[in-house]
Amino acid sequence: MGMKKRKKLPYGTVVLILFILLVGAVILSFMLGRYPVPPRELLGILLSKVFTVEPFWNDTMELVLFNIRLPRILLACLVGCCLSAAGTAYQGVLQNPMAAPDILGASSGAAFGAALAILFNRNSWTVIISAFVFSLMTVALVIFIGERSRGKKVLGLILSGIMISSLFSAATSFVKLVADPSNQLPAITYWLMGSLAGTKRGELLFAVFPMAGGLIPLLLLRWRINVLTLGDDEARTMGVNAAALRTIVIICATLVTAASVSVSGMIGWVGLVIPHFARRMVGNNYKHLMPASMILGAIFLLLVDNVSRNLLAMEIPIGILTAFIGAPFFIYLITREGERY
Amino acid sequence: MSIQVNNLSFSYGDNHVLKDVSFTANDGELMAVLGPNGVGKSTLFRCMLGLLREYKGETLINGESTRDMSARELARRVAYIPQSHYPAFNYSVFDMVLMGTMAQVSSISSPGKRQLDLADKALARLKISHLRNRGYTQISGGERQLTLIARALVQEAKVLIMDEPTSNLDYGNQLRVMAEIKSLAEEGYTIIESTHSPDQAFMYANRILAILDGQVLALGSPRETINQELIRKLYGVDVEIHSFKNDSIRIFVPDL
Repeated sequence: MGMKKRKKLPYGTVVLILFILLVGAVILSFMLGRYPVPPRELLGILLSKVFTVEPFWNDTMELVLFNIRLPRILLACLVGCCLSAAGTAYQGVLQNPMAAPDILGASSGAAFGAALAILFNRNSWTVIISAFVFSLMTVALVIFIGERSRGKKVLGLILSGIMISSLFSAATSFVKLVADPSNQLPAITYWLMGSLAGTKRGELLFAVFPMAGGLIPLLLLRWRINVLTLGDDEARTMGVNAAALRTIVIICATLVTAASVSVSGMIGWVGLVIPHFARRMVGNNYKHLMPASMILGAIFLLLVDNVSRNLLAMEIPIGILTAFIGAPFFIYLITREGERY
Repeated sequence: MSIQVNNLSFSYGDNHVLKDVSFTANDGELMAVLGPNGVGKSTLFRCMLGLLREYKGETLINGESTRDMSARELARRVAYIPQSHYPAFNYSVFDMVLMGTMAQVSSISSPGKRQLDLADKALARLKISHLRNRGYTQISGGERQLTLIARALVQEAKVLIMDEPTSNLDYGNQLRVMAEIKSLAEEGYTIIESTHSPDQAFMYANRILAILDGQVLALGSPRETINQELIRKLYGVDVEIHSFKNDSIRIFVPDL
């Protein structure tokens, strides 16, 4: 095709660039919004937390920054990081490039949990906890069935994931059918679209512990995940207990997915597109892929959330945007030449 | 390192796949395992590698039973070289070889300088250093097979078990891969390989294990085991045997 062979950047440089981009995206997100914060005021407010600075801004600005914008920025970064990490992990342990965080039913379980809580008119906390618990239980059920399947365990897991997911989707549809169409049904529909609007510190605190509990082991075990992509027998002859390692990785990936989905609703495509984007940048070796995927996911979701907040007068649910951006982007990725390994 | 298999029997339900198989392979031996399809060669390997555990009898490595060994302990003694394959994701040849060091590295860390050096040495040993940064799925079948052999070398196990290492390769690659395997045996590795080619087994191996219906049919040197009768019993074909170069090569001509 006469394409110029582009020079591949070393991994260290890629991570450094991604990190700088992330910091840039965070600064941008602080400034943009219905209540704009100019750079000078932003710098002043941030510095005033460390040094004594004579305030030249009004109190509302500081309030917006710390109580509204900061939790939302942190949550967008964390959810993007978690969904990407989970997608990357699932793709490896299931030896399947099409795997995404919802492949073992974490999302459909969460959706059912949330819909059920809304149906019973519970408060937003109960919705979050119900989504989280149902998400974990759904994946536990999928693993339970997958382990009992005959033949290849990985295939058994994927198939039972598809089955249980569709079962819970049907259950969610039934809840929507019987929900009160004047208030409950819109609430369920809105939840299913996914949104980071109105993020509070409490939600952030609720999500951060399971997220850290999943992300840290995924980072520590990342080089081992490579060997699972070759199949159980080969992994075992290289000294790795494949079944145990896969179960640990799946539990961690599920934990971060459940935590993300329960506070943000269904945000699709991130967990599929970002891992593949990261694969193109740093290759398939999980030692490099996992960190790159995590940072890239954080940047991506933060930027998309800015669009969701600022594009129209009303907020666009972020799940709609990630699908709009994600699908064409994915097509671009798979048709582009020059795969890196 | 020697590997000894004593009275190994294995069955899937009522199907007795292996019956009382016993043999020993010593340092520097290249043992070829012959037998028709479905005769239990793979099952035998899977038992020896600890992938199947519900077998009767035992596998000893330097006198130690493999039954009590963890996956990590066994991997440091016995390495498995599968047929060249296509994994779900494309790794660089170097990353693929480096995976052989899993058993030396703790679960929560990555390979260090020693492992990186081992991988580079193994690539050089198999004369494929120039493929280091190529994609594993983008090289030829013969090169993939050599990569998998390099991966087994960094595992630092002295017993290598190979599943039909040349079955998917063209003629030139078959000869090149077999020459490498033979030179590894001469270095002191104990190698057990399954093959469908009796003339190749005759040319390279110094011991033959012929298996039929899950039992040992013949065990011994190539010259005393590989003959018309063995070929007829194993494969149900009548052949004439022609010998060349002081009987270092035997060619089998089917009776048509």
